Formats: sequence, C-alpha cells, structure tokens
Amino acid sequence: MATDIIIHDKKDNVGVVVIEKITPKQDCKCWIMENDSSASIQSIDEIPLGHKIAMVDLKEGDTILKYGHDIGKVVKAIKKGEHVHIHNVKTKKW
Amino acid sequence: MEISKSFLGYKRENGRAGTRNHVIILPVDDISNACAEAVANNIKGTIALPHSYGRLQFGADLDLHFRTMIGTGSNPNVAAVIVIGIEPKWTKKIVDGIAKTGKPVEGFHIERTGDIGTVMKASKKAQEFSQWASEKQREECPMSDLWISVKCGESDTTSGLASNPTVGNLMEKLEPLGVHLCFGETSELTGAENVCAARGATKEASEKFMKTWNDYNDFILKEATNDLSESQPTAGNIAGGLTTIEEKAFGNFQKIGNLKFIDVLEPAEEPAKGPGLYFMDTSSAAAECITLQAAGGFNIHLFPTGQGNIVGNPIEPVVKLTANPLTAKSMSEHVDCDVSKILSREMNLSEAGDKLIETTLRVANGRLTCAEALGHKEFVMTKLYRSA
Repeated sequence: MATDIIIHDKKDNVGVVVIEKITPKQDCKCWIMENDSSASIQSIDEIPLGHKIAMVDLKEGDTILKYGHDIGKVVKAIKKGEHVHIHNVKTKKW
Repeated sequence: MEISKSFLGYKRENGRAGTRNHVIILPVDDISNACAEAVANNIKGTIALPHSYGRLQFGADLDLHFRTMIGTGSNPNVAAVIVIGIEPKWTKKIVDGIAKTGKPVEGFHIERTGDIGTVMKASKKAQEFSQWASEKQREECPMSDLWISVKCGESDTTSGLASNPTVGNLMEKLEPLGVHLCFGETSELTGAENVCAARGATKEASEKFMKTWNDYNDFILKEATNDLSESQPTAGNIAGGLTTIEEKAFGNFQKIGNLKFIDVLEPAEEPAKGPGLYFMDTSSAAAECITLQAAGGFNIHLFPTGQGNIVGNPIEPVVKLTANPLTAKSMSEHVDCDVSKILSREMNLSEAGDKLIETTLRVANGRLTCAEALGHKEFVMTKLYRSA
C-alpha cells in the first residue's frame, strides 16, 4: 500500500514524489492512478515531495507527458530515475 | 455518503440566500475609503471594503468597476449596504443597481459636505442597518441556494494530484442538486485550453471560451518582457515541483471534475442560464479572482492550495483545503479541510470529496473559515487598463 511516487496516467513519462523525499538509489514503489496499477523504479537523484522523476530515458526535444498530456519539452537529456524540473524542462508556450 | 438536502442560510428579498449576513460600507472610489472606514469603525457589525480605484476610469474598465461594485453589494451574503462616493452621480448609479435586489441600501456623497458631515450622516444610517440585520435569523434553504466558486492558489503538484480533484469530486456530487458553480483563471488554463474548450456544453460555450482565452493570451504575449518566468508558474509553484504553465494548467483543470460548463461569464458577471457550471474570465491572482466571483453572486468559495495561499474575502467565505502534508502541518491555522491522506493512499478521492462537502456545509451554516477567523478580507478590484 505504501506509495513513494504517483503517476497520473499510464501514458505519462514522469511521476510525482509523494513522500517527504526520495534518496539516490532508492527502490521506489509507484502507483498509476488511471488504471490502479503498480510499477517500480530506482532513483538516481534525491527528489523532494511534489517534484517529478523521469520514468524513462528522455532526450533533448522529447515531450513530457503528465495527465496523459503535453506539459513541456526536454531541453537537456534526462536519465530514467533523474529529477525532472526547470533545469531540464521548459514550457512550449510563452 | 447521504448528502444533506439543505443548509441554514439568510433568505434575501430577491429569493437568493446568503451564508453570511454582512452590512457593508462600500466606497465608490479610492478617496472615499477614509470615510467608509470611519463609518465602519463607528458602527459595530459593519465592515468597510476599501480599494484603490474608481476615478477617471472609462469604457469597459469603468463598466467592470460598476459591475464589481453593484455585484458586491447585491451578493446575498450582504444584508444591507452604505455606499459612499465623492460625487453624487456615480454614487447613485451604484445605489440604484444594488436597490434592484430589494435590500436596504443608501448612498452618501462627500462633495459639499466633507468627510466629517458625511461620516455622521452615514453612521446614523449604518447603525440602523446594523441593528436591523442583527435580527435576521438563519432558515432552512435548499442546497440549490448554494452558489460555489472555486480557485486554486500557491499550487504545487499535490494540487493536481489530490486537492483539485477533491473539488472536482464535490462538483460532480453537488451539480445534480442544482447548485451554481464557477471556475475562472483564464491565463492558468494555458496549455490545457483546447481540452478545456472541449468541455463546453454547447458549441457556443466552447467558442466563447476559446475567444476569451485567445484574447487573454494575446494580451499576455504583448505585455510580456520575457517568458513570464517567476510569474507563471510562480516561485512558490516551482518550489512545490511545478515546472511549466502547461503542467499547472492541467492540475488547475482537475477542479471541475467531469463537468461541462454551460456559459462563459465576463468578469463579475452574474450567471443567467440557471444551475450548473460556469467559466468566468478572471485573472489568476487569488484575491482578484475571488472578488470578481463574489461580485458575480457566488456565496461560498472553495480554495485548494499546495504550498499554502492564505487569501480570504470580506463577504464570501473562503474554505481552504490542501493535500500537501507539509502545508497541512506547518500552516494548520489556514487549512479548513486536510486531504493529505490521499497521497499516502489512506483516503480515496470520493472520501475526500465527502469530507469537503461536510466542511462546506458547516461553513455555509455559519462556522467561520480559517481565513475569516484570521481576519483575511482581501477585496481587490480588477482594473483592465490605465485611467483617462
């Protein structure tokens, strides 16, 4: 039942940390809300509550999917398990 | 959960019902604030609503000023109104607008009398209104007398995961009971604008939404000096894990659950197409948005927050909920409804929705919100452009 990461939609390539923080090389339990299924991932970075983790390797120009929708573009390659935030993802708007 | 069919409200002359029973002292313009505040200081049971505008405005901006003033006075949470302005004409226009509700309202202008004489005359009338309103009793009102507005603030990813969907769950459960519902925040739907437009109940509603969003986006693109970093998302949003406006928008959008909106309202416009969900064109700044929704006639507000926005409103009670366990713990005096157990999966969304309905009803029945108890009464008028 304990969940470290929640993923909105099965199409998403990022998940959200829902415990105070995850530490490097932590084996994390993930819950996918849309279809009530489970997954697991090992972290690379320390990631605080509410911040995102990459569920797959992402290269520059890739689209980040959350809620099953486009929420921005990758501007610096991201490895599976790394922290996804403003240092490697930017808006496609504005 | 069996949802209550009624709440205890104040029945008004025009058939609406209030969750509060305020007597307000409403200044028409910035220079009348001192008088309004003096009257509210003199007469207990009244509240002044000072603001920064009301002089030399014109066109659509002036229309919005009057709509906000008249709408605020007309809100069913207000029992009676004293209007104070510098000049007689605009003062009378606002008095006449509010008088259509049938509630007691009287206007005073300061020119040719001065502050002291105006304060004396207005205080006498305010005392009469305050004592009259104090005898009003709460009565049983159907749930359809609830007009619920929503807006989220200091959002983070827990907002999109849990607290905003909790509001959406409440909407899905209360819409069949005939309540009016309202969401806004035009700029904060950027990235989700097409998905939102598709939720229009009619082709007209969808098209009206897209036009509204396009107008706002054109304005932002025209005025922006960079990529709006530090404005959208805010520094607080980013600290909470939100990375882009698109991510924030899809989180924001969770507040309407699976509902469709039946119409798009101008800022501060009262809905006219019956019960159901409305979109109002508003700023995404919390106090501005709630002030416009209150002026549109909404009588209770639900405000999900992630990092801990503390906003309140002088006439519309603001119920705060959060799913962020750190916020629930470190800012507990601001949180009316804690749904953080959704994240630890000790509570499901439907249970959270039920908990929020229960909290909303307690507040509708008279329980003070955290923001009311802490004295938050942010009344912030929206100004569209420079004055003449």
